[in-house]
Amino acid sequence: MGVKLLLENDHIEGIRYYETYRKNGGYRAAEKALKMTPDEIVEEVKKSGLRGRGGAGFPTGMKWSFLAKPEGVPRHLVCNADESEPGTFKDRYLMEFHPHILIEGLLISSFALGSNATYIYIRGEYAWIPDILEQAIQEAKNNGWLGKNIQGTGFDCEIYVQRGGGAYICGEETALIESLEGKRGNPRMKPPFPAIQGLWMRPTVVNNVETLAAVVPIINIGGEEYAKIGVGRSTGTKLLSVCGNVKKPGVYEIDMTISVEEFIYSEEYCGGMANGKKLKACIPGGSSVPIVPANLLLKTAKGETRMMNYESLSDGGFATGTMMGSGGFIVLDEDQCVVRHTMTLARFYTHESCGQCSPCREGTGWMYKVLKNIEYGKGKMSDIDLLWDIQRRIEGNTICPLGDAAAWPVAAAIRHFRDEFEWHIKNPEESQRRNFGLAHYADPIHVPAGA
Amino acid sequence: MSEATPKFKVTIDNITVEVAPGTTILNAARSIGGDVTPPAMCYYSKLPASGGKCRTCLVEVSKGSEKDPRPMPKLVPSCRTTVMDGMEVKNITSDKVLDARKGIVEFLLLNHPLDCPVCDQAGECDLQNLSYEHGTEQTRYDFPRRTFEKEDLGPNIQLHMTRCILCYRCVFTAEQLTQKREHGVLERGDHAEISTLLGKSLDNEFIGNIIDVCPVGALTDKTFRFKNRVWFTKPVDAHCSCTKCSGKARLWMRGDEVYRVTARKNEWNEVEEWICNECRFERKNAKDWVIEGPSKIKRSSVISQGHYVGTKPTPVVIDKVIGKEPKFLMNIHDVSDVNKPEIELSRIPGPAHSDDFKGNK
Ligand SMILES: Cc1cc2nc3c(=O)[nH]c(=O)nc-3n(C[C@H](O)[C@H](O)[C@H](O)COP(=O)(O)O)c2cc1C
Ligand code: SF4
Ligand code: SF4
Ligand code: FES
Repeated sequence: MGVKLLLENDHIEGIRYYETYRKNGGYRAAEKALKMTPDEIVEEVKKSGLRGRGGAGFPTGMKWSFLAKPEGVPRHLVCNADESEPGTFKDRYLMEFHPHILIEGLLISSFALGSNATYIYIRGEYAWIPDILEQAIQEAKNNGWLGKNIQGTGFDCEIYVQRGGGAYICGEETALIESLEGKRGNPRMKPPFPAIQGLWMRPTVVNNVETLAAVVPIINIGGEEYAKIGVGRSTGTKLLSVCGNVKKPGVYEIDMTISVEEFIYSEEYCGGMANGKKLKACIPGGSSVPIVPANLLLKTAKGETRMMNYESLSDGGFATGTMMGSGGFIVLDEDQCVVRHTMTLARFYTHESCGQCSPCREGTGWMYKVLKNIEYGKGKMSDIDLLWDIQRRIEGNTICPLGDAAAWPVAAAIRHFRDEFEWHIKNPEESQRRNFGLAHYADPIHVPAGA
Repeated sequence: MSEATPKFKVTIDNITVEVAPGTTILNAARSIGGDVTPPAMCYYSKLPASGGKCRTCLVEVSKGSEKDPRPMPKLVPSCRTTVMDGMEVKNITSDKVLDARKGIVEFLLLNHPLDCPVCDQAGECDLQNLSYEHGTEQTRYDFPRRTFEKEDLGPNIQLHMTRCILCYRCVFTAEQLTQKREHGVLERGDHAEISTLLGKSLDNEFIGNIIDVCPVGALTDKTFRFKNRVWFTKPVDAHCSCTKCSGKARLWMRGDEVYRVTARKNEWNEVEEWICNECRFERKNAKDWVIEGPSKIKRSSVISQGHYVGTKPTPVVIDKVIGKEPKFLMNIHDVSDVNKPEIELSRIPGPAHSDDFKGNK
């Protein structure tokens, strides 16, 4: 059994409510933190090596230390609960069943950063969760954990829940800030970064739900202890939301020391592939990260076992690796069509582009149309190179990373599954009736000697 | 150099200039001028929030600064990136930039109707110029283009959204004029569209300026629509005693007739001073104006096709840049019989005719 920190009390009935949470060690970290100085808390988070769980994996302690602290200007903490990446639903689980760990994490983080008004920006589609959060906030307030003069420390903090209108782009931190200010959710040009000028042009930290919840165990066990869990720069535990063709899809907490193979096939986690099918491909970190075929998922190009952590998943770069991303683990079996799958993602990104910058606004729609042609038997051989060219000219040339996020899945699908695209184009009729299947995508890869 | 004003040295395409700290790469390049200046479709120096969107001005920073010489990993929008001391920038000397820019032009034209033959903006359109310089002759896009219904924004302005490149310039202009969010963008992605609150016209006395800031023919002057082609009209600078604005405008005339009034624009196609609606839409009589003389227009512009004093070919700085002549798709002076540099165009009253160029007058 791997170490559990966030979902440690998952089996306890009623953990959603304050009384039960408190009885099971809840708000102990807050008690401890309120006796520390804000700088000491930031120091613990730095020591823990915690990396942002929202996708980019940026060290949280470092992000916090960048926060500008001009005299007399309020600062804000914003919790990013927009979770709209296809395949990612871990924050929802945490908020729905463990709201108090988030509230406690928010309290500690607000104290550390000096935020008296903290916001949770939650995606509009999570319609029932704001009530759960607001109830938890009320309970916390009734027990003196929020509001004025918290636990007699003189620190005031209010947490507000703001629902979004249902746009993926509002998960991008600067678009989120714009939306929170009541404007159209267009990402801002950086610099200035939110740490200098964020919400209402005040210094702001935006962190993911899971990141902020993880502050609780860090304070409880100490940054150094936290850093001992996991390997290398992948410290602590990570929530993964698994969907696709596995026996047990759901949300799992792992301590980043297990292999990808163990994660998919062990009873403790996904329980193997569903219906006795074979693994074809996987997107291990939410729809934006590159898709990899089975053979590159379980082993790196060097022939080493691929582990479930930041470094190992990205081993080989984009040529043969992928990314940890936000932890949306999407598993595809031999019955799945990579062309169709890529088309679906392209449709998502073109629909969600904010339309500010020309490469993303126009390029994503173009990719979707070309992919649709290929999928429906109207593709041309030149379309594959065209797709490659389009994604290449979007990537890196946009304001926000949504452009990259739209380009990478297409690039990876062509890189690893070109045969399948070609088969679709060469067999327009057959491809409407049957699937390319597993093909050679699970075959062991030849590892050059001395690699 | 005085100590009070420190200057940053920045090298763009091998040409070094000194600029004040805080200057953007684009403005530094503009101070050099000529071909090293990246094209800008969304940035507008008079609109502080503008820029960063169209991505045509992307450049490569091959050296970050004297202190931190590392190159920047991605191409950066020159209109929103400030220079550092010792920075080295590549614009037309970078293949990466030229390739990306080709891509951007293709993206911008993807859903553009290319209805230049019936578009009032033709001849003074930034998108035409950009495509001419950086585009390819053919598109690889063979899907139906996105279209919108034409919309009237009040009695004098027409919005032809199908042509819009979503540069947001009109939005920022309207924001300066109205304080409230009355003119903005609806929807998102490639179906985003410019519109006004409840589709109402904006009754601001300066709203006509959104026509001038629009780089394409998406916002046009209804009092001029289809009346003439810009290159048949002759721009002259004129002023009047207006109570609302400076009264400094540009008249687009044919003979004694004023076809159109616009603000005066500088060499970057940016308005010098905003003018009011009355000057723009209502003063269409030459008697309303004191004419100062022909406007200065770049010789390379198609508008210069007839008429002006002192138009000179743009100086060729390119020699120094890459050591070779600039590549033109076509040099108008080589193929046209009606644009001989040796003929003094300003001597010709009104628009020039081919007859004027016959023989050696
Ligand atoms: C298009 C786009 C969508 C994003 N959506 C989310 C999201 O839903 N939730 C989230 O936590 N971060 C999202 N991010 C990442 C945020 O911009 C930001 O990096 C993150 O909230 C930082 O938190 P962290 O450091 O705790 O990971 C998104 C980024 C982009 C570019
Ligand atoms: S990359 Fe796409 S989503 Fe991001 S700012 Fe540009 S158009 Fe908007
Ligand atoms: S209407 Fe013109 S000025 Fe306004 S966004 Fe479109 S192209 Fe830009
Ligand atoms: S002019 Fe710089 S991005 Fe448009």
